[in-house]
Amino acid sequence: MSPSHDGTGRLPAAFLAADTSSFVEFLGRHAPHTLASLAPPPGTAGTPLTPHATTIVALACADGVVMAGDRRATAGSVIASRDIVKVHPADAHSAIGIAGAAGIGLEMIRLFQVELEHFEKIEGATLSLEGKATRLAAMVRGNLGMALQGLAAVPLFAGWDLTHTRGRIFSFDATGGRYTESDHHSIGSGSYFARGSMKKRWRHGITTAEAAAVAVEALFDAADDDSATGGPDVVRRIWPVVAVVDAAGYRELDDSQVEALVRDLLDRRQDDDNPGGAVPEVGGTPA
Amino acid sequence: MSQPFYVSPEQLMKDRADFARKGVARGRAVVVVAHADGISFAGENPSRALHKVSEIYDRIAFAAVGKYNEFENLRVAGVRYADLRGYSYDRSDVTARGLANAYAQTLGAVFTQESKPYEVELVVAEVGPTAETDQLYRLTYDGSVVEEHGFVAMGAGAEQISTYLREHWQAGLDHGAALRLAVAGLVAGAPAGADGAARTVEAEALEVATLVRGRPRRSFRRHDVDEVRQALQAG
Repeated sequence: MSPSHDGTGRLPAAFLAADTSSFVEFLGRHAPHTLASLAPPPGTAGTPLTPHATTIVALACADGVVMAGDRRATAGSVIASRDIVKVHPADAHSAIGIAGAAGIGLEMIRLFQVELEHFEKIEGATLSLEGKATRLAAMVRGNLGMALQGLAAVPLFAGWDLTHTRGRIFSFDATGGRYTESDHHSIGSGSYFARGSMKKRWRHGITTAEAAAVAVEALFDAADDDSATGGPDVVRRIWPVVAVVDAAGYRELDDSQVEALVRDLLDRRQDDDNPGGAVPEVGGTPA
Repeated sequence: MSQPFYVSPEQLMKDRADFARKGVARGRAVVVVAHADGISFAGENPSRALHKVSEIYDRIAFAAVGKYNEFENLRVAGVRYADLRGYSYDRSDVTARGLANAYAQTLGAVFTQESKPYEVELVVAEVGPTAETDQLYRLTYDGSVVEEHGFVAMGAGAEQISTYLREHWQAGLDHGAALRLAVAGLVAGAPAGADGAARTVEAEALEVATLVRGRPRRSFRRHDVDEVRQALQAG
């Protein structure tokens, strides 16, 4: 793409203006067509045009936050993807996960990543964690038209607050509402079950490793009762994405670490004499 | 009615070039040195906040001398250019060559069309997977682009520094050696004091950064005073 519209190759005036450090604002002014995905489409509402991404959980722990997401995307009753990644780094010290219309959500993540990096490069300083959450809220609000047509994508945002040196979690609604979550939160179709699971398992001041285990268990419980949430795929060895954000920054647990958490959980559930109902009685069904 | 003076185009361009060159020569020098571990930048800059060397994109950095507001303007434009391109296509589609071209067109247009040329000189550098694939573009106030190999010096004393680097630079330097070479270059370009003693450059007065080779994504790193001091003492 030639940067200029006048055919000279000269950078257009908008590039040289010193009025904004926001990439989204710059796009809106200089190249609004690139933001077209955030405007309501013509056509009928309610047709599933993009797969649906499901459950994300986030929990606070003593040293930061843990965010995890299952790997399933669905299109109606069909599994559209078994290995979609819905939890991503937003920047060096924050993580973002999405639930809802997958195409819109993943695009929102991409734009948000550029937005944060852009600000950092232009200003020479990173935004505060609150500032990042506010920018994200504005981007969610920008998608309201699509949300009303049935293509809502909602993020969950968590990160390390460098000013207050602690992990924090933010949730959003489709209108751009921004809410601070103190202990743990979940979004997506399996979120009710995940929240119930975390309520029982989460404790104040748990370690990062414990929080990762609680996150994996919450996703397991969500998948147990919500058909749109994918459980750990032992056959294909596809595991949930588990990200940790602490003072050292964003990192993801590698597959072998998550596999160990999953195997441990499966063993415990199998050995338990109450793995969660629907167990056939020994000796056949009573008369 | 008074007759307007006739100024020949040659004279006009020469005057503008002299004006811009003088402005650039007043700016404190910045040295860019390519080495085995990446591309390093060093410049005398007492400010910790107003940078002469900055990150543009994953493997691309920008260094400038001259008038701050003018090169800052170009830097911001470069970040917007790179981010827009990377967002519209792919991160791998953002290249130093493309950016150098956009800068060249912009500087050239300003030089001929605006009431005064930009008093700046820029380097756009891209670190490659190997030292042979590194790219260094030097851009001057009139929009000319020169692809350089190994090192570039700009600003006050650029000629003396270049002479020094030409004699001492060699391929395959490591990071520390490259930093020491860059700083020795800066010293070589600085005028001697009144007593004839060669000037020294302290780590505190330096702005130093490196495009580190082999990083997966963002390769640009600034070095703090301790790192610089350590690297300089190691030699």
